Amino acid sequence: MSSVHDWAAPNPVTTNRSGLIGKPVDRYEGPLKVTGTAPYAYEVQPPSPPAYGVMVGATIAAGRIADVDIAAAEASPGVLAVWTHRNVPSQPPRGAKAHPRSTAGSSPALENDRVSYFGQPVAFVVADTLENAVAASMLVNLTYEADAPDVDFAASLDAAGQPPGEQDVEIGNFEDGFAASGVKLDETWTTPIQNHCQMEPCASIAWWEGDVCVAHTSIQMVKPAQHGLAETLGIDRDAVHLMTRYIGGGFGGKGQTYDDLTLAALAARALKQPVKVAFTRQQMMHGTIHRPATVQRVRLGADKDGRLNAFSLMTWTHCHRSGSFTEHASNFARALYAAPNRLTGHRLVRLDLPHAGPMRAPGEASGTLSLECAMDELAEQLGLDPVDLRIRNEPPVDPENGRPFSQRQLVRCLREGAQLFGWERRTAKPGQVRDGRWLVGMGMAAAIRGNFLLPAKCSFSVDAEGVITVRQGMTDIGTGTYTVLAQIAAETLGVPLGKVVVEIGDSELPPAPGSGGQFGAATAGSAALAAGMNLRKALAELATGDPRSPLYGDDPELVTFQDGVIAIENKSETLAALVARAAPEGLTVEGDSRPAADMREWSTQTYGGHFCEVGVDPVTGEVRVRRMLGVFAAGRILNAKTAKSQLTGGMIWGIASALHEGNAVDPRHGSLLAQDLAQYLVTVQADVGELDAIMLDEVDDKANPMGIKGVGELGNSGAGAAVANAIYNACGVRVRDYPITPDKLLAGLIAKGL
Amino acid sequence: MRTTITVNGEARSLDLDPRTTLLDALREHLKLTGPKKGCDHGQCGACTVLVNGVRINACLSLAVMHDGDEVTSIEGLGAADRLHPMQQAFLKHDAFQCGYCTPGQICSAVAVLSEIEADVPSHAGDVAERARLTAEELRERMSGNICRCSAYPQIIDAILDAAGATS
Ligand code: FES
Ligand code: FES
Repeated sequence: MSSVHDWAAPNPVTTNRSGLIGKPVDRYEGPLKVTGTAPYAYEVQPPSPPAYGVMVGATIAAGRIADVDIAAAEASPGVLAVWTHRNVPSQPPRGAKAHPRSTAGSSPALENDRVSYFGQPVAFVVADTLENAVAASMLVNLTYEADAPDVDFAASLDAAGQPPGEQDVEIGNFEDGFAASGVKLDETWTTPIQNHCQMEPCASIAWWEGDVCVAHTSIQMVKPAQHGLAETLGIDRDAVHLMTRYIGGGFGGKGQTYDDLTLAALAARALKQPVKVAFTRQQMMHGTIHRPATVQRVRLGADKDGRLNAFSLMTWTHCHRSGSFTEHASNFARALYAAPNRLTGHRLVRLDLPHAGPMRAPGEASGTLSLECAMDELAEQLGLDPVDLRIRNEPPVDPENGRPFSQRQLVRCLREGAQLFGWERRTAKPGQVRDGRWLVGMGMAAAIRGNFLLPAKCSFSVDAEGVITVRQGMTDIGTGTYTVLAQIAAETLGVPLGKVVVEIGDSELPPAPGSGGQFGAATAGSAALAAGMNLRKALAELATGDPRSPLYGDDPELVTFQDGVIAIENKSETLAALVARAAPEGLTVEGDSRPAADMREWSTQTYGGHFCEVGVDPVTGEVRVRRMLGVFAAGRILNAKTAKSQLTGGMIWGIASALHEGNAVDPRHGSLLAQDLAQYLVTVQADVGELDAIMLDEVDDKANPMGIKGVGELGNSGAGAAVANAIYNACGVRVRDYPITPDKLLAGLIAKGL
Repeated sequence: MRTTITVNGEARSLDLDPRTTLLDALREHLKLTGPKKGCDHGQCGACTVLVNGVRINACLSLAVMHDGDEVTSIEGLGAADRLHPMQQAFLKHDAFQCGYCTPGQICSAVAVLSEIEADVPSHAGDVAERARLTAEELRERMSGNICRCSAYPQIIDAILDAAGATS
């Protein structure tokens, strides 16, 4: 096993001779996206005209399908198939794995007569046109025996237990420490169910080429999708060729496949014709995962100088009846502030609600909404500046496991952010600043998100024109994967960016874990660097071993790669000339990377500080975000442009969490109330004022060979709390029930006589 | 129903189910998949195209209502090797991430500039005054185009740049 010390040796990414690493280059696939010519799953043109599949969702949350009447649907014009659990082709039972090493098991569609959440796909119609399929889907007549759904999260808190395999983490003695603290805070926050609302609804198209199922779907992780589909279809894994070239947003919600893929593949097999299936926007709300609601109790005990003596964040949350997903809203807090007595943990209750799952910054996004507001409240109690309070509680090492931090520039993020934002102009006493009809306030919050590295593979090829092709079963969900892989390849082989081709999103390419958890760039990029190094070695040996090369007979270790030329001192030739002559068919090598055995000896996180200025209209309770700045430290940045976009996007998600987003449960039906984008509010253009993100210089050589870390989730962590704190500073009303909508704020404003 | 629509400068004659939306006619019949389907209910703007120079949500309009109309989709604005200035500006300012809302944003942005030029009023400005090209105006006028990746600040920078204004 390797060690992080091996990563200290210079490599092409860290030496960055051509300066491509970090450069704000335009997106590799950008020209396709701005011209509308990047085909997303539903838009891939199949070899013959496709049929159109439409799913039908259950209208109960719990119970069974008592009767099925599909006669009218079957008789409807253009209909090719109508399926329910009674006549769907048979599929292996849920979770079955014919191949023991499959990364996902069988996931049968229209499995049986049981309904376990509202909107669960229970019938499927295929027709020659979309219009005919939609019309017929409305004629499917299902009769249910409904059970009363158990969906009241607030009433179920006492029934919540430890998530499977977990225990509370206590260090010192929290209760005693809290009791002994001179200054205390004990408050509870609630966050609602949130839906991912990726702009591209989940969709799939499938057809069969002999015994091979070819499928394009919108998914963040290629291998589990390929394996899961093979298991569900009962075929060999190699008999599924799964592709996901362009993905219209994931945010965690496309980390798994859904029935659209299974049904498209099954129907294509049955009908001997390509079939495509998309979720409607309405179906997305129930039919795909959501971020579950939470209740979070924060207790902070400090001395009068603001040093935390006791600290606790406990989270209650929910998941599907058959699930175990837990929104780990307390985890991030374990590494954030020093305090000798600490208690964190989670309680989970299973309800008859749709499946809960990860959504951008799972854990941090919810948890910072409580803790980072609690810190703001504590600062006020203590008469301290909120920035100062955080700095006073900066831990020298990870406060729970005692490990050194690989890099921790939280204090610098906070200090530089405060300075750049003009934090010194903030009035500590709330409700003091007026601008016309607006009450104006400033708030801040810290950001933290863990960093991860997973095993991955990659291949690099070079052809006789000196073009480098990077191939990897990785995905780009808008994160910039195509672009950063091209940068790594160009820098490693010393060729211009225009000489690099990137092919990703295909199950036949060397496997990588995909996009999620902010591990994508580090994981995929480290494997790309390894493959690039292997190609350098192969080329150096090719040149020094070729009598016709000017480099012949020299030490391959001394070969340099720059500007498309390989050289040793003043002897050189172009990459293209070498390959054309010595390996005219081209060369392909693989590389892989994996976590170092001793990585866990360090606590590796990404950090940031958010600063926000809002206006609150005291008459209407309307909140406007006027300015927002985030300062982040996340290792070496591969592409200043795409990384910044990730961060600003995450910050805007924070605005959404604070002000707009949330879905309520209808207890009568066990459904979510907001079922489209008119009812489920996401932040739109007019909601965002001036907003910027700054990335500090950093290299984290304990994170991976490139010293980079992820940014996709970091921007979202803490951002909503900064908005909430700014609202309090503006008007003196603290709403602990997210989102902070005008109705809630107005009640507080009226109570204050404003 | 036979319908003839001029799409990106070319007359296209289609035999359509009257229930077919303009969006599905473009995507499924003409294989112009630049216009995206984000909601199919006029709530997201991903399907925005220009009809006789005016932006509309193609999902909210039946194709047969457009007999004789001139439709411009993102594909008609420019191609990868000859980008429209707005497409170029989106690329330069990284005004997109996943790219799914992008064709709609760009079509909307092109139309917004014409609307400001033509002094069409908006909620952001004073109706008594001439419509102005400001970030605030653009934020208001572009709010019908949701970007869940939230490339909003970059989108404003791109539009201002394409319009020759500085942000
Ligand atoms: S798809 Fe037309 S507005 Fe959303
Ligand atoms: S770029 Fe992804 S939704 Fe706008």
